[in-house]
Amino acid sequence: MMVEMNMVQSVNSALGNMLEKDQDVLLFGEDIGYFGGVFRTSDGLQEKFGKHRVFDTPLSEGGIAATAFGMGINGLRPVVEIQFADYIFPAYDQIVNEIAKVRHRSGGEFWCPITIRTPAGGGIRGGHHHSQSPESQFTHTPGLKVVYCSTPYNSKGLLISAIESNDPVIFFEPKRCYRGPFYGDPHNVPTWKNHPEAEVPEDYYKIPLGQGRLAMEGDKCTIIAWGTMVHVAEKAIINSGISCDLIDLQTLLPWDKKMVIESVKKTGRCVIVHEAPKTSGFGSELSASIQELCFYHLESPIHRIAGWDTPFPHTTEWDYMPSTSRIVAAIKKTQEE
Amino acid sequence: MSRGEEQEIPLHIPDAPYRPGDSASFEPWKWHPKDLKKPKSDCKADETYEHAVGLVRVLDDEGEALGDWNPNLSFEELKLGLEHMVRLRIFDDRMMKMQRTGKLSFYMKSFGEEGIAIAQTMALKNEDWIFPTYRQPGAQFVRGRDMVSMICHCIGNVEDNVKGRQMPVHYTYKKGRFISVSSPVGTQFSQAVGVALASKYKKLDEVTITWIGDGASAEGDYHYGLNFASVFKAPVILNIVNNHWAISTHYNIASGSNNFATRGLAYGIPCFRVDGNDFLALYSVTKWARERAELGLGATHIEILTYRAGAHSSSDDPSRYRPSDEHEYWPGGDPIERLKEHLIKNSKWTEGEQEELEKKIDQEVVAAYKEAVKYGDLANGPYPSSDTIFTEVYETVPWHLQEQWDEMKKWSVE
Repeated sequence: MMVEMNMVQSVNSALGNMLEKDQDVLLFGEDIGYFGGVFRTSDGLQEKFGKHRVFDTPLSEGGIAATAFGMGINGLRPVVEIQFADYIFPAYDQIVNEIAKVRHRSGGEFWCPITIRTPAGGGIRGGHHHSQSPESQFTHTPGLKVVYCSTPYNSKGLLISAIESNDPVIFFEPKRCYRGPFYGDPHNVPTWKNHPEAEVPEDYYKIPLGQGRLAMEGDKCTIIAWGTMVHVAEKAIINSGISCDLIDLQTLLPWDKKMVIESVKKTGRCVIVHEAPKTSGFGSELSASIQELCFYHLESPIHRIAGWDTPFPHTTEWDYMPSTSRIVAAIKKTQEE
Repeated sequence: MSRGEEQEIPLHIPDAPYRPGDSASFEPWKWHPKDLKKPKSDCKADETYEHAVGLVRVLDDEGEALGDWNPNLSFEELKLGLEHMVRLRIFDDRMMKMQRTGKLSFYMKSFGEEGIAIAQTMALKNEDWIFPTYRQPGAQFVRGRDMVSMICHCIGNVEDNVKGRQMPVHYTYKKGRFISVSSPVGTQFSQAVGVALASKYKKLDEVTITWIGDGASAEGDYHYGLNFASVFKAPVILNIVNNHWAISTHYNIASGSNNFATRGLAYGIPCFRVDGNDFLALYSVTKWARERAELGLGATHIEILTYRAGAHSSSDDPSRYRPSDEHEYWPGGDPIERLKEHLIKNSKWTEGEQEELEKKIDQEVVAAYKEAVKYGDLANGPYPSSDTIFTEVYETVPWHLQEQWDEMKKWSVE
């Protein structure tokens, strides 16, 4: 049955479905058990499934990741939460050197089917340490899959695929969009009510990893985005009055090469939008690949609209996050060049 | 079956002793001010075992200052400590009210823990370095920071000395040797050892004091800090504030042991557990630790036993995970009430004088607030210029940032 959900509820629903379906799925992290998580994504799950299935851990991201590693190689399927993506770095060694590489280093004898969920991105006045979007720190790590959801519908379907994946998945949830899409205007923030992507099946379903979502269809330019920026880009496309494909990449590693290439070959133009700093952001990888694969179809340079190469600010965050007007200008520029 | 015991599940999963709907009660304290003698400053670490499993107290339940640890402070010193604690509480209440009106994005009170940073900073020298968490802003009052400047930071206006870059309560005050607060919990604890070793290298009589929460003591930084301090005999005072709660995480989930103080003994560092709501005991233990550091004997580890009487932050609602009146049952009471009662008991202070003090400070806070909002606030601006996004990322601005800075100016939403 389809139910209207916000992204907190859809994530909760995915976790509930998987706890129900698979006894080897365990949830743990900071404040996620009794309290149900600081964003409420595991609300009610401990009560429903028991303290041994859903539990609070010490405040130790490295410990959480290492414990997940151990459980993962010993046959369980842990789903852990890092409370904010900014706090994932004490776990970085475990993720990059251990979790990502154990299948390879053990000649395929051990593997780590774990999912690391973490709220990411800005727009909540979180300053330096509650706003970052560190996806490219993980897309540069062989052995990981990296997912960045954007809506209630895709968060649930992607999360179930991530949990069922036998490879480790870093699963970013754009916290700005937990309770509504964000169109770049902090003074006018809607809820998910009546949004088509908020119609979510209560039951188990999957969206395959590695596939993008064509969120809008057009023929003059290809816009590629993920997370909160999908919605900001949608608004920008509407404001620009220019017919564009909007690709919500959904999985960053491995990304949907087929969808991107087909679209860029069709439109001949491309703008990539992400919140993370521009330099070595995932837009760099996409831009380089598109240039390699679509060079003779490109009508204008590929543009990247991204966060600045600076720490994420607190009071001035609206000058940091890519705005609709910056995206509109980039789209127009692709048409004029 | 009571909470915290293992149920019919294959894993041992600890729980908090009380949850919403339960009646909270704490065991009455078995420790008294005269129980523990002050060890010599150059004692061996394991001579402090009794201090780590016991509780250093000076003020008894009736407000009398007793025992070997009584620092015998003058009335003027005690009054100043009381005044700073009252100042912090009234300041916190005002800031939280402003947060509710949108003038701040976020706020964190020190409610119930006001004595800690204030008593401990008063026990130090002005040259000593303070490496705080977000729950020790009170040290700034001791070091003379202007309240207007603190409010300007919290409301993110054009006079914010960290230029709107950090969330509220993440103060920096170098003039008072109060090092910048960072959100990731625990990082300062091991960094403080480096600060202390730098002072030692420079042959300066400086000690560094730092704190970490019971929850954050599960982070690696806590253990790195103890180990490096031990190996290099750093002149550092390593405090773990056990206020029972890290957002919703009770200390039962932070550690499998209910004593944090003794951990330092394994590193060869003397350890104390101290009543965190007893101004005099806090002062005295800190003084002891400073003297030991000055002798070149390295670090002291102190568990400060207290209770987080308020919410973790303005984003938190503790009634969802603990009985809302739990803090009222805390045997340590309230740090302000206890020092006030001590002064009254000794005929040095009256309820009337306390009321006058509170009134005076309330006026001081209101005046500071009115002054601060003249420079803007988060709800209404003006904000620090968006140029501050690009400055001080590096010592000088590299070309790629200069290009982006120029680009931003075209789009600034100011």
